[in-house]
Amino acid sequence: MSGPSDFQPSNPALKWIERRLPIFGLIHSSFVAYPTPRNLNYWWTFGAILSMMLALQILTGVILAMHYTPHADLAFKSVELIVRDVNYGWLLRNMHAAGASMFFFAVYIHMFRGLYYGSYKEPREVLWILGVIIYLLMMATGFMGYVLPWGQMSFWGATVITNLFSAVPYFGESIVTLLWGGYSVGNPTLNRFFSLHYLLPFVIAGVVVLHIWALHVAGQNNPAGVEAKTEKDTVPFTPYATIKDAFGVACFLIFFAWFIFYMPNYLGDADNYIPANPGVTPAHIVPEWYYLPFYAILRSIPNKLAGVVAMFSAIIILCFLPWLDSARTRSSKYRPLAKQFFWIFVVVCIGLGYLGSQPPEGIYVIAGRILTVCYFAYFLIVLPLLARIETPRPVPNSIADDVLAKNKGRAATAASVVLALVLAGGLFAGSTQNAKAEEGGTTPPAQSWSFSGPFGKYDRGSLQRGLKVYKEVCSACHGLSYVAFRNLADAGGPGYSEAQAAAFASEYKIKDGPNDQGEMFERPGRPADYFPSPFPNEQAARAANGGAAPPDLSLITKARSYKRGFPQFVIDFFSQYQEQGPDYVDAILQGFEDKVPAGVTIPEGSYYNKYFPGHAIKMPKPLSDGQVTFDDGSPATVKQYAHDVTTFLMWAAEPHMEARKRIGMQVFVFLIIFAFLMYFTKRKVWADAH
Amino acid sequence: MTTASSADHPTRRDFLFVATGAAAAVGAAATVWPLVAQMNPDAATIAAGAPIQVDLTPIAEGQDIKVFWRGKPIYISHRTKKQIEEAQKVPLSSLPDPQPDSARVKSGHDQWLVVIGICTHLGCIPIAHEGNYDGFFCPCHGSQYDSSGRIRQGPAPANLAVPPYAFLSDTKIQIG
Ligand code: FES
Repeated sequence: MSGPSDFQPSNPALKWIERRLPIFGLIHSSFVAYPTPRNLNYWWTFGAILSMMLALQILTGVILAMHYTPHADLAFKSVELIVRDVNYGWLLRNMHAAGASMFFFAVYIHMFRGLYYGSYKEPREVLWILGVIIYLLMMATGFMGYVLPWGQMSFWGATVITNLFSAVPYFGESIVTLLWGGYSVGNPTLNRFFSLHYLLPFVIAGVVVLHIWALHVAGQNNPAGVEAKTEKDTVPFTPYATIKDAFGVACFLIFFAWFIFYMPNYLGDADNYIPANPGVTPAHIVPEWYYLPFYAILRSIPNKLAGVVAMFSAIIILCFLPWLDSARTRSSKYRPLAKQFFWIFVVVCIGLGYLGSQPPEGIYVIAGRILTVCYFAYFLIVLPLLARIETPRPVPNSIADDVLAKNKGRAATAASVVLALVLAGGLFAGSTQNAKAEEGGTTPPAQSWSFSGPFGKYDRGSLQRGLKVYKEVCSACHGLSYVAFRNLADAGGPGYSEAQAAAFASEYKIKDGPNDQGEMFERPGRPADYFPSPFPNEQAARAANGGAAPPDLSLITKARSYKRGFPQFVIDFFSQYQEQGPDYVDAILQGFEDKVPAGVTIPEGSYYNKYFPGHAIKMPKPLSDGQVTFDDGSPATVKQYAHDVTTFLMWAAEPHMEARKRIGMQVFVFLIIFAFLMYFTKRKVWADAH
Repeated sequence: MTTASSADHPTRRDFLFVATGAAAAVGAAATVWPLVAQMNPDAATIAAGAPIQVDLTPIAEGQDIKVFWRGKPIYISHRTKKQIEEAQKVPLSSLPDPQPDSARVKSGHDQWLVVIGICTHLGCIPIAHEGNYDGFFCPCHGSQYDSSGRIRQGPAPANLAVPPYAFLSDTKIQIG
């Protein structure tokens, strides 16, 4: 963007517009002719990746808002209905939810890149600060978005985060009440969060425009950290940067698709599949992974106000980075000490992230404090000091020299970047797997499930037998309220015909009404009806079951989990292990033992279960051998019942799993071919530039 | 810049560019599909649009009821002798949308008129037992329908639509 463009469209109609609104000239000078340093590496493609992610989040978000109901009583259900009933709703929701994580993943790489190559230094201070503002807005948006599904983590996350403001002296309580719109987190809170969650992405988009504007005024930094001086140092943005960015985007999409299609719940928390309950706090409140480092800083300071101040300072300090680091050399490539400290800092941040996910006790607290000190020391001591004592290596004379110097071994760089990204992605995402509240339970044994892995499918026979077990046993106490009878005939389900589903429905009595006389009445079920719940309301369920309401089973296999631990969760990322829930449910059903082991006391009205956290479960042993007879000759054993009913409940929780994995495979094949094409196209285009 | 040296290997180079462009176009089209398809009615809405059954016994001669099917009001009129006669007698040539009464009711059930109560002009709901033709009158822009639900006067272009329905017995119909 150097002065007014001399671009002139040749088409008369465009010429007519251009004279009145020089928009084509603006686009041409900003995205076509714009000179970009020729030595940019793939870390520079994350700007384009982030733009794409922002656009994708806005697009999928606007669509989800068409189907979502921002009401405390309906929000959770409306999200479930999006996933179950809306055409491709599961895809859109997975894209949006995983998209938030990918957005943060990309922004962290973008920020670390800026840190490493000194992209915040004069004359790019404003550019950098605008970036910090975007990051803050992203955090606010992500937090409010996480509240919208109105599950347990949504609710308690909202409670904990809004309570941060109660640390403000004098005005704390009033600020919190103002945020809530009530005496506690409730419907008004949800409504305003929805409104703001819709607004903020557009504010982000606005600041992004400023960010890009500032970028185009100062020019891009580059790995050598020397300014472009002559024509030889730069290439036009299009096609060179465009094609390279497009290749970067294609590779990033492969990583993204892994989550959308194969690991949609890997980054989420099982507790968020339990509807919000203002009366029960989950045992471990853990924010989304992208907040964990700051959460760890918050927790490592034993004073409330100081903790909150430290947490916010950890972000705000980034704004002062251009002045804290006054070294003249930009790129850490030529700063031997700064380079080492940079990598130590990266490890500190990942370490803080890991600690943020662990329970705040013992060694974790001490480690958290040490790393918090390291975090701030990097900015306040290390960087200012290095600027004074470090002797940098000589930087190249020009970008062109830099390119000449390292033209060997280029392809290897690209390959290693891709590999590093995949590994970093796995580790970073993996380090965020939360500690689940399953202390005191024995780890459930891993079962073999027909639906695991990239080609997994439900075993129809198992689904049909499981339905029988649910109907004859579980349904006496547990509802299945998100499953409709019509679903039994859906593709990827138990494989019944529509007539069979209708016949199955008609065996149920459904309450309907009021009729013309104003009375409720019972009628036979129809395919459109949902499985009726055994109790009219939660109080009745509680009263009939010794104080513990039997949970609805529609989502139980996704709402239960257990801690996988390190390094298992990293392996899980690559092996697509997603079956903690089914393993746990299956284990509970088989985990009842009459003989209570020595040292365990089971209170009156509870039963011993080997796999239940704390071992005392309120549910009596539900299944015994011979209780249900199968027509297909499958053994009438508890083991078989547990396996079948768990398979059925997995389908009930994830009815479109088969479509998800099938489409996922198609997308993968496509993306890999596309990435290869992009790579060769990029090479052809760049052949001119070298 | 891109074309500077393309003369060297025009075919191989062009093929690569075309293939990449085509793959991008296919990917974009495949991405747009679910983004648009989500606007169609969801599975719950479709399931809720299943056929409904209506008991006719409470409807006395000369009365009508309104029931809802797929969110649309359906008029079920128990027509009087006079209304039936009027409907049958009208010369077809005088109708804007000619249709004999027999085509609008089920044979043997002449007294029952079942029509979708949505004006064919712009979708308002006509009022029963009003207008000059012993049928329906639409208050929005003054369309008038006769006792067979046929358009007689006003801006509406067509007769009130007859929904798919069948008699399960003499006193019960299934709509849909
Ligand atoms: S809508 Fe009925 S007359 Fe216009």
